[in-house]
Amino acid sequence: MSITLSIARRARSQRRRRSALVIAALIALALSAAIVGTTTGSFHASLGDVASALTGGADGRTTVVVMGLRVPRILAALAIGAALGLAGAVFQTLARNPLASPDVIGFTAGSATGALVSLIVIAPTASPAAGAWMGGLLTVVVVMAIARSVGISRERTILAGIALTALLAAVNDYLLTRAPIDIARNADQWLHGSLAATAFDDVGLLLGALGILSFALVIVYRDFRALELGDDTARGLGVRTGRVRLTLVIIAALLTGTATAVAGPIGFIALAAPQLARRTMGTSGIPLFGSALTGATVLLIADVIAQRALAPLQIPVGLLTAVVGGLYLFWIVARTRR
Amino acid sequence: MLSTSAAPAAVVERVHARRRRILRRAIVLTLAVGIALVILVVASLAVGSRALAPSDVFSALFSDRRDAVGVIVHDLRVPRTLTALLTGTCLGVAGVMMQAVTRNPLADPGLLGVNAGAAVGVVVAIAFFGVRTASGYVWFAFAGAAAAALLVNAAARPDRRGNTIALVLAGVALSACLSAVVRIITLADDDTFESFRFWAVGSFERRDPDVAAQLLPFAIVGIVLAVVVARGVDQLRLGADLARSLGVSPTWTILGAGVAITLLCATATSAAGPLAFIGLIVAHIVRGIVGGALRASLPLAALTGAALTLASDVIGRVIAIPSEVEAGIVAAFVGAPLLLWLVVRRAS
Repeated sequence: MSITLSIARRARSQRRRRSALVIAALIALALSAAIVGTTTGSFHASLGDVASALTGGADGRTTVVVMGLRVPRILAALAIGAALGLAGAVFQTLARNPLASPDVIGFTAGSATGALVSLIVIAPTASPAAGAWMGGLLTVVVVMAIARSVGISRERTILAGIALTALLAAVNDYLLTRAPIDIARNADQWLHGSLAATAFDDVGLLLGALGILSFALVIVYRDFRALELGDDTARGLGVRTGRVRLTLVIIAALLTGTATAVAGPIGFIALAAPQLARRTMGTSGIPLFGSALTGATVLLIADVIAQRALAPLQIPVGLLTAVVGGLYLFWIVARTRR
Repeated sequence: MLSTSAAPAAVVERVHARRRRILRRAIVLTLAVGIALVILVVASLAVGSRALAPSDVFSALFSDRRDAVGVIVHDLRVPRTLTALLTGTCLGVAGVMMQAVTRNPLADPGLLGVNAGAAVGVVVAIAFFGVRTASGYVWFAFAGAAAAALLVNAAARPDRRGNTIALVLAGVALSACLSAVVRIITLADDDTFESFRFWAVGSFERRDPDVAAQLLPFAIVGIVLAVVVARGVDQLRLGADLARSLGVSPTWTILGAGVAITLLCATATSAAGPLAFIGLIVAHIVRGIVGGALRASLPLAALTGAALTLASDVIGRVIAIPSEVEAGIVAAFVGAPLLLWLVVRRAS
C-alpha cells in the first residue's frame, strides 16, 4: 500500500515538474515572439527603444509605433489566444471529444454572424461585441438542441456543427455583399480573422472579459473537474451536473464571442491548443491554464509570422491558422482511423 | 409445391412493374427538369443588373446587332449561362459518381475537398506559372483535385461499420486548409486576381467569354468516361467477387471513376471556382427519383445539376439588386440545411 502510494506520489511530482517545464517553455516562447513582434517590421526599433517606449521615454515616432500599434496587437493576440484555448478546453472536456471545439462546430461562425448583423444591420459604429455574444449563444442553443437528439459526444454532432458552420459562412458572405463598401472592406479582412486593426480599446475589452470569465471558471472549477469523471460520479459527489454544464457552456461561448468580436473568426486555435497542452504536459484531462497559455503563445507566434512571412503583404492570421489547423484536423481524423 | 414456381414469376412481374414505374417517373421528371432548364436559360439571359424583356433577348440572340442589348446578351449573358450549364452538368455527374463510388450519402465534390484541391491548382497555375487560359489551368486543377481526392480517400477509408463520417471530416479539414492557401495566394497577387475575387466563393460573374468553349472538351471526356464506367460501378456494389465474375475489373472501374470525378471537378472549378453542395443536392434528388443505380441516374444528374447551378446564379442576381450574391453562396443556403437534415435524420 505504502509502495503504491509512494509511486503515485512520485508520478504526480514528475507530472508537476513536466507541467512547470512546459509552462516555462511556453512563456519563453511567447516572450521571444513578443520581442520579435515589437522590434522588427517595416519600422525597426531596438530593444532599448522598446523599453524606453514602454516606460514613456522614447521619441514620438517610436512611441506611436510601439505603444500605438505593436504592443496592443501583441496583447490582443495573447488575450484572444488564451480565450480561444480556454473555450476549446471547456467544450472538449464537456463533450469528451477533441473535435468538439467552438471553431469546428459553428460557435465561431455564429459569433461572426452576430457581429456582422450588429455591424451592418443594427449599429455600424458600435462595438460588435454584444452581437458576437448573442450570435455565439444562439448557435450554442441550436447545437445543443441538435446534440440532445443525436448524443453530444457522437461524431454526428460534430458533422451537424460543420453543416451549421457552412450555413453560417454563407450567411456571413451574404451579409458582406449587403454591407456598405467601407464596412465591407474592413469586414472582408475581419472575416478571415485578423489582428491588424486592434487598438488599446479592444485590449481593454478583451482583458476585462477574459478576467471576468476566468474568474467564473475558477468558481466552478471543482465541479468542472468532477464532471470529467462522468455525470454519475459527479452527481454522486453532489454536483448539480445540468446547471454546471450550462454555466460552463455559457462561459465558453462568451469567451469565443469576445475573441471573435475583436479579431473575427480565427479557426483551429481552440481545436489545437487544448490537445497540444494535454500532450506536452502529459496530463490525463485537459489542463485549463495550460490550454489558455498554449492558445496565447500559438496565436502570438502565428500572428508574428503572418505579419512578416510575405511582408509587405499582411496575411490575416486566421488564414495561417486555417492552413496549419486544417492539416492538424485532417491528421487527427486520419490517425483515429488506424 | 405450386407456389415455388409461381412465386418467382410473381416476383419477376413485380420487379418489372417496379422498374417500369421508375422508368416512367424518371422520364416524366427528366422532361420536367428539361422544361425548367429552358425557362431558366431564358431567365438567365433576361435577368441581371439590367433586366431585358424576353422578346428583346430573342431578337438579340438571333441577330448580330451590336447595340446595348446585343452586347449584353452576346458578350455577357450567353457566356455566363453556358458556363453555369457546363459547371452544373459536371458537378451533378461528379456528385452522383462520388456517392456511388464512396457509398457515402454525404459525399460531395466541395465537402470532400476535391474542389478545393482543384482551386489550389488553378491559383498556383495563374500566380506562379503565368497560365491565363482556362484550357491551360484546368490541367493544374486536375492535378490538385487528384491529389486532394487521393489524400482524403487514404485518410478515411470506410471501415467495416460503414462509418461515413470520417470521410467528410477529413474532406472538410483539408478543404479548410486548401481554401486558406487559395486566399493567401490571391491576396498576395492582387492585380492578377482582381477578377478572381468572387471566383473563390463560386461565381459566374466576370469570367472570360470563351471559358465554356475552352473547357467543353474536358467536360465531354469526363462525362463519357463516367458513362463508360457507370455499369461497372453499379456491379461493384454487389461485391468485388461477383463483379469480377460479371467481367468487371474492380481496379480499372475504380480508377476510371476516380479519373472521371477528378476531371469533372477540375473542369467545374476552373469554370466557376470551388462550388460546394450542388453535387450533394443533385445526388439526393436523383436518388429519390430513379433509385441508387448510377447508370440510370447520369442523364437526370447532368440535367438537374445544370438546372440547379443556373438557378443559383439567377437567384443570386435577383435577390440583392444592384449587387449580386455569388452562386456558391446561394447553393450553400440550400445545401447546408440539406446536409444538416441528412446528418440529424440519419441519427434518429
